[in-house]
Amino acid sequence: MAVIPFSSGPSSSLSRPSASPWRTLALGLGCCATLAVGGLVMPKWLTFLITMAAANGLVSLGIVVLMRGGVVSFGQGMVFALGGYTAALVFNKLGFTDALGLTLAGGTLAALVAAPFAPLLSRYRGIFFAMLTLALSMVTYGLLMKLDMLGGSDGFNLGRPTLLGYALPDAQVGYILYLLTIAMATVMALLARVYFDSTRGLITLAVRENELRVEYLGGSVRQAMVINFILAAFCGGLGGALAVMALGHIDPGFSFWTTSGEFVFVAILAGWQSVIAVFVASTALEVVRSFSSSYFPNTWQLALGLFLLFVIRFLPRGIGSLWIKRGAR
Amino acid sequence: MNTLLEARGVGRRFGAVVAASDINIRIAAGERVSLIGSNGAGKTTFVNMITGYLKPDEGQILLDGRDITPLHPRAVTRLGVARSFQIPQLFGDLSVLDNMLVANACHDRRLSFWQAAQRPAALERAETLLERFHLSEHRNRYVSELPGGVRKLLDIAMALTGSPKLLLLDEPTSGVAAEEKFLMMDTIMTALGAERATTVLFVEHDMDIVERHASRVVAFYSGRVIADDTPAAALATDDVRRYVTGELLPE
Repeated sequence: MAVIPFSSGPSSSLSRPSASPWRTLALGLGCCATLAVGGLVMPKWLTFLITMAAANGLVSLGIVVLMRGGVVSFGQGMVFALGGYTAALVFNKLGFTDALGLTLAGGTLAALVAAPFAPLLSRYRGIFFAMLTLALSMVTYGLLMKLDMLGGSDGFNLGRPTLLGYALPDAQVGYILYLLTIAMATVMALLARVYFDSTRGLITLAVRENELRVEYLGGSVRQAMVINFILAAFCGGLGGALAVMALGHIDPGFSFWTTSGEFVFVAILAGWQSVIAVFVASTALEVVRSFSSSYFPNTWQLALGLFLLFVIRFLPRGIGSLWIKRGAR
Repeated sequence: MNTLLEARGVGRRFGAVVAASDINIRIAAGERVSLIGSNGAGKTTFVNMITGYLKPDEGQILLDGRDITPLHPRAVTRLGVARSFQIPQLFGDLSVLDNMLVANACHDRRLSFWQAAQRPAALERAETLLERFHLSEHRNRYVSELPGGVRKLLDIAMALTGSPKLLLLDEPTSGVAAEEKFLMMDTIMTALGAERATTVLFVEHDMDIVERHASRVVAFYSGRVIADDTPAAALATDDVRRYVTGELLPE
């Protein structure tokens, strides 16, 4: 066999195959079970905090799906609000109270509303994509503010949901919603991992690196971007529905640009390699927000900003890079 | 032999510059054709028109008798035309193996949300091609760390993943040290030897390589074809000697 002289020394085993699906499944179910059991002994404020972190983390997971293709949405508040308003309206107007059904309805409607915009957005990259998504979310915010039938700027409340036909007693409603939220987060995290390791997931990574070559290899860049945008919307809608049930209230602030900014903050903090990192980062944000707003009410955004600068400087691939090496997908 | 590719009266202008003018070429299946010409002669424009990246202002390009002129690059690729690039177009932040798996995934008509990219059949095809191009030792390295020659080989190996009918190589040895060019082209052509159904068009400036590896030469000058013959015959014509190889001939 001929030796190619234009090689540069021995190879380095930097990349690694994807983790075994069974190992990933076991890890996901283990985390879910641990949190479920832990929730029995946690104080209520902590179960609520984790519920919100997991719900918001789902929205950021959607942004990570987009980030893997090289774009960042600054308008995921839109799908978050769509999911939340859908769940709340179905609950109040249609009398359908099942928490799981409301969650899926929120995700589905968000994906359906986002779908017509996906072909347009798939043409744009970088700041143009970010600004267009931001514009969509602010249009949604403006509409929600003006629509009195949706409560206008005050929003509206929703009552206590049921689950699989069972009414949730006062003492357990928080814990049951916590269980539902972490179960949904686990399922979506596992599905996201499967997607990331799939042929379509790999093409998404390739799109981020070199769109021209993907097209010349026969792959469709726009199809990948459309699918990712709709998947991100579904994740965002799920998160919105779960958040609104935990809060018992919804208002247009769900779609405001600062809300979208927090989802982007979590996605950047997490990086695009690890699914678990998204929920770790979301929990970190909720913890910092809770404690800082108690002890440093006027400077917590400063603390968040400095934290983000630190992460970007020293962990440019996010906190997920602490346990996932560069070569892993 | 069956005609695989046919250009009928193809022309293309960029403003006042004529990049292609009345190009008529027929290429039979299984040929190894070299496109030669000085810089700006129209070789890469011709390749770009075949792949659908550029649309001719006039004329038609047919693949297996089908008009592919209006198709975009992805559609042309799916009909069995693959190309490599003068500057390798790779996925720099992925490993060599992942680059091959991307190529495999892109060629897969049944893309899946569930099926792992690293499934056995895809890995086997990727490993086979890496082996054939002597790239196995680099399989786990990031593309951004690879030397230029290895990138070139990977670029071609990726293009070959879908077993194309027609492979277009745009200056496969450019940017490689002079003493390594022959070895590199030998590696490429040996690797291509296993793909007997693949017709190869390669753009090349080194006439020694052309004579060694081409069964036919098409010479371009100012967007026109000035010679189309066997290497020995084409390289001996006055026009090629004057406008391509740069020999000083009396007018």
